[in-house]
Amino acid sequence: MKLTGAEIVCETLTQLGTKHVFGYPGGAILPIYDALGKSKLHHILVRHEQGATHMADGYARASGGVGVAMATSGPGATNMVTGIATAMLDSSPVVCITGQVSSKLLGSDAFQEVDITGITMPITKHNVVVTHAEDVARTIREAFVIAQSGRPGPVLVDITKDAQQATCEYNFDAAAPKLPVKRQRAKYDKVEFERAIDLLNSAKRPLILAGHGIMVSGAMKVFDQFVHSGNIPVAMTLLGIGAFPASDVLNLGMMGMHGEAWVNHAIQEADLLIAVGMRFDDRVTGDLKTYARDARKIHIEIDRSEINKNVKVDSALVGDAREILEAVLPHVKHKEHADWLAHIRELKGDSAVRDIQGLPDNGHLYAAHVINDLWKETKGEAIVVTDVGQHQMWEAQYYHHNSPRTLVTSGGLGTMGFATPAAIGAKFAKPDADVWVVVGDGGFQMTMCELATIVQEKIKINIAIINNGYLGMVRQWQEFFYDKRYVATPLVAPDFAALANAFGIRGERITARGDVAPTIRAARESKEPFLIDFRVEQEDSVYPMVPAGGALHEMIRRPDSPLVETAAQEL
Amino acid sequence: MQTLVAYVENKPGVLNRVSSLARRLAINIDSLTVGPTDNQEIARMTIVAHTDERGAHRLEASLEKQVDVLLAENVSERPLLERDLAMIKVTADQTSRPHLMELIKVFRARVIDVAPQSLILEVSGTVDKIDGLLEVLRPFGVLEMVRSGRIAMTRGGDLLQPPIIPAADGAKTAA
Repeated sequence: MKLTGAEIVCETLTQLGTKHVFGYPGGAILPIYDALGKSKLHHILVRHEQGATHMADGYARASGGVGVAMATSGPGATNMVTGIATAMLDSSPVVCITGQVSSKLLGSDAFQEVDITGITMPITKHNVVVTHAEDVARTIREAFVIAQSGRPGPVLVDITKDAQQATCEYNFDAAAPKLPVKRQRAKYDKVEFERAIDLLNSAKRPLILAGHGIMVSGAMKVFDQFVHSGNIPVAMTLLGIGAFPASDVLNLGMMGMHGEAWVNHAIQEADLLIAVGMRFDDRVTGDLKTYARDARKIHIEIDRSEINKNVKVDSALVGDAREILEAVLPHVKHKEHADWLAHIRELKGDSAVRDIQGLPDNGHLYAAHVINDLWKETKGEAIVVTDVGQHQMWEAQYYHHNSPRTLVTSGGLGTMGFATPAAIGAKFAKPDADVWVVVGDGGFQMTMCELATIVQEKIKINIAIINNGYLGMVRQWQEFFYDKRYVATPLVAPDFAALANAFGIRGERITARGDVAPTIRAARESKEPFLIDFRVEQEDSVYPMVPAGGALHEMIRRPDSPLVETAAQEL
Repeated sequence: MQTLVAYVENKPGVLNRVSSLARRLAINIDSLTVGPTDNQEIARMTIVAHTDERGAHRLEASLEKQVDVLLAENVSERPLLERDLAMIKVTADQTSRPHLMELIKVFRARVIDVAPQSLILEVSGTVDKIDGLLEVLRPFGVLEMVRSGRIAMTRGGDLLQPPIIPAADGAKTAA
């Protein structure tokens, strides 16, 4: 069958199982758009190419498959950069297809020409320029393989306009990936494996650090078995949330800079850490010199370059988390760890009340109230897509996720503006899910143009803006470390409810605690998209907090205040 | 100083990926050489980097994550032969020429060009040897110099070969 390069793009994507493409047209990608119109692919017109990459990313994270984004050359491609870097840092399988000027013009500073493969080299897992129609199908198939294999990541395919226009023979099967043959390293050595088993079975105070890799490898079931067969408590990374049910008694909650105090103390007191699919990010460890000094460490990780990068480990098992856990499981001896678990419970008893629900009963609406009510109203079953900052940490603390891929958040890069577009992607991946955007007033203003995309696509998404009139997390740092000099953090915002109305979306403003739950209910009952502007306490801070570079156990705690009885009782 | 050997796909942009990666890890490359192998699709690199063992491990593992890098190996701790090649253009008039010729003999260098006022020497060997020759040549007047950068190979039966590519008929051939 003879097709143009542009038609081959659409055919190949279709045969790879792609149904949705998030993008924005332009001169150098027009042939592909023309072919898109004749294909079965559903194209979602975004309002900014950054949105397209975040949508593809959100789609990938919610579905576990590949998200596809498209843009034209030059500014279209450069607008994708932030979204690509976001996907890279969080190991999300995204394939970006960009148009490029004709191959004869490459390097001539032609109109809308930019060296996007050069620009994105350090922030993609791989990228490639295609200058011949004959290479289109194979390159796209290879991009899908690379994006999903091993540690996933974004791949960019830059296709010149002449390659889109030229015609050649198309055969999907004949265009099978021909990736370079690489040296296969032994997965892990026997000595390392046996050392890991010894450490596991001799530990008195073991603790598991559960990361995103568990979900990526689909290891949830065997991980659950592993946890219970050893009766070992689990601390979650931000991106790991959902990999192990929050309702499980062994799930302690999130670790790190804004992790629960008892979790961080448990890490510092453990005699063995078993890290699964996580990378000892600085937001998780705090000061490395004082990090888990008494603990031996086992690191189960697919990316060899992460081993001993930040934390030196005693046993490194390099490979797929599921395969390794399946190999480890039969060797785990059941232990009660009764003293250790009792000790952690003791740590928790006090700080749970003080840090998590001890908000002053002064009539103000706190973000914690909003998240707590959202969790209860949605029974913990919504897909929550957050932005970056205080609201993100509050979500991680108060919304208890029991299922994988129900928290979508920008962790590694910490990209403001991620939430709204990523939620659109998540909704296309899971059309029946109750998708909630939880976003600050700062981040929302970065990508609020995508409200128009929601309306044009007629999709049902609920948006909860945690509006405190500040760039809250930065303000918090200024409060703690810059003597309350609030430079460039007070923030004027439009009337978000009125703004939503202007887009054709129902909007409400909430200022009283009693109105939170009923409005969330109204939003859920409505078939239309719904935006709620929650006006929350302006100068509230996220506690506990480990100052950047500080020791993990030395947290800034919420100042003592009268406890809210009702909230405390709900724990 | 750490020495790594890598096999890479012989195509545009791969050198950029390798050097960009070192830059990203804040590792300064002292010398990087690339040359063809028996297989025209594969090139071999020797990378000498200013870093410690930990940095070399990161560089090695990060290199191997690149799709176009087939194999990367830190060989710093292994029995290793390293060679550098230099061409040195040195001032040589009637009076200095005899002295120069003696030095050339001691260092086992070769004269590859003779001009009325200068010579070009070719010398290969370890970096120390070439540095040594340069030091004694300097008083004569070194006019121009070029060095190839280091190439390295592990000794004896310790082989570093490109990965095997399975042929279409199922037979395995060395790449």
